[in-house]
Amino acid sequence: MTSEDSAVARPFRLIGRSTLGALAEIGRLTTFSGNVLGACVTPTIYVSEVLRQCVRIGFYSLPVVGLTAVFIGAALALNIYTGGSRFNAEQFVPNIVVLGITRELGPVLAGLMLAGRVSAGIAAEIGAMRVTEQIDALLTLSARPKRYLYAPRVIAATVTLPALVLVADIIGVMGGYLVAVGSLDFNWAAYLTNTWRFVTTGDIVSGLIKAAVFGAIIALMGCYQGDRSKGGAGGVGRAATLAVVGAAVLILASNYVLTSIFVRVGL
Amino acid sequence: MIAPLLKMTGVHKSFGTKSVLRGVDLSVAPGQSLVIIGGSGTGKSVTIKCALGLLSPDAGDIHFDGETVTPSNADRIRERTGMLFQGGALFDSLTVWENVAFALLYRDGVKRSKAKDRAIETLAKVRLGAAAADLRPAELSGGMQKRVGLARAIIATPDLIFFDEPTTGLDPITADAVNDLILEQVKALGAAAVTITHDMASVRKIADEIAMLHEGRIIWRGPVSELDRSGDPHVEQFVHGRADGPIQPAL
Ligand SMILES: Nc1ncnc2c1ncn2[C@@H]1O[C@H](COP(=O)(O)OP(=O)(O)OP(=O)(O)O)[C@@H](O)[C@H]1O
Ligand SMILES: [Mg+2]
Repeated sequence: MTSEDSAVARPFRLIGRSTLGALAEIGRLTTFSGNVLGACVTPTIYVSEVLRQCVRIGFYSLPVVGLTAVFIGAALALNIYTGGSRFNAEQFVPNIVVLGITRELGPVLAGLMLAGRVSAGIAAEIGAMRVTEQIDALLTLSARPKRYLYAPRVIAATVTLPALVLVADIIGVMGGYLVAVGSLDFNWAAYLTNTWRFVTTGDIVSGLIKAAVFGAIIALMGCYQGDRSKGGAGGVGRAATLAVVGAAVLILASNYVLTSIFVRVGL
Repeated sequence: MIAPLLKMTGVHKSFGTKSVLRGVDLSVAPGQSLVIIGGSGTGKSVTIKCALGLLSPDAGDIHFDGETVTPSNADRIRERTGMLFQGGALFDSLTVWENVAFALLYRDGVKRSKAKDRAIETLAKVRLGAAAADLRPAELSGGMQKRVGLARAIIATPDLIFFDEPTTGLDPITADAVNDLILEQVKALGAAAVTITHDMASVRKIADEIAMLHEGRIIWRGPVSELDRSGDPHVEQFVHGRADGPIQPAL
């Protein structure tokens, strides 16, 4: 091969190599997720580990999720009021706030906040275990990391994220309510009645389904990047970053896919 | 001659372009204590990680109790094996006693109270008091962590035990107690032991046989009685700890 050839071929080779790299990464992530999800639904499940992770992932995320929800609900009410007043539709504030929070903003924002808080935490923890040979030690003690470490985290995140989102729904609606009643002169009873009459089970359930999927994504990305990390503290930091970015992108992408499925089936 | 419990033949392992093991042959029988010596970075730790299936060798055979070890049946060897990691590798989210009793709790399904009693008994063997049991590994000194790792490796009375530098970082008295403990595992309980150490006093005390790893191969193997008349310049240099000789640092 002459040097001219290689100069011409170089961009193609680069494109080819990064495409192959991306495909290999998708393959690895899929295999890993399949393995771990399999371990989530077959014995043995370490119940005490699951409970411990529920507390760590779920309970300690309540403040973050609650604060996010109240501010988003409040800002949403203001925006809808401003937008609605352009065609005399201010009275729809309660309806749109509850719809936006339950179907979209509650699950997506809780998911993104937890991608930062939980995915990074899991990746750093598992990554540190990887580089200090604790994962190897688990193997020599006949404990499978996917059962002892990964499945409990994935189960805990999948179960607790919907619960968090339910709380976020309530707090988000309250945020809108406070602004509407406090500064937009809404009647408090009418606001609550409108909200309650308007919201459907489908609105809430579709948001909770999203939350469960996002929970699984968050824990899986954290475990996957942590498991793959190598090379000391720098490697652990890189794993945490990759986990957050990966989880956030996957959450937004799957949010679109799930929404279009819900629209099609009329949920 | 008893059939070997662990037998490695022609094991090769490279990391990228760096070839670490180039045909390692090793075997150890029940009731036998084998010590691996060799310069720092020659692949001693890699050798025992290959034996346990923690690293997969590029070539070569590993037999445990007559069966070929593959990734799918590596669990079988691990259930009967204990391992002390060079860096301890204690689970820092668990207490000391939960670390020691891990195999009892999560593999053998022993009740917590009973497992804790056994953990405290085993900690006493490595000269750690019951007061250490409820601490976290991060609250222990380096030498104490090593001994907790040792206790974790032997608690389930395994048939084969790997000790990666068991006495490094210990004072001479504790080091001697650890040597006695290794001997007890082998002589009283009939386990096969593979120990990596740089401590020549420890080598002379615990070894039945010694194998020297150099440039990816076992270049000398013999009983402890022949250590001083091996006739191998590498072994002699190592035993006497001389900087000049055939073993030179790779630059
Ligand atoms: N996971 C790994 N990735 C890349 N290289 C590795 C890995 N593990 C070990 N090595 C390399 O293999 C060589 C042998 O390492 P090993 O840990 O087995 O040395 P050792 O004989 O145990 O040394 P020491 O006595 O210092 O513990 C080293 O040069 C190391 O750089
Ligand atoms: Mg080593």
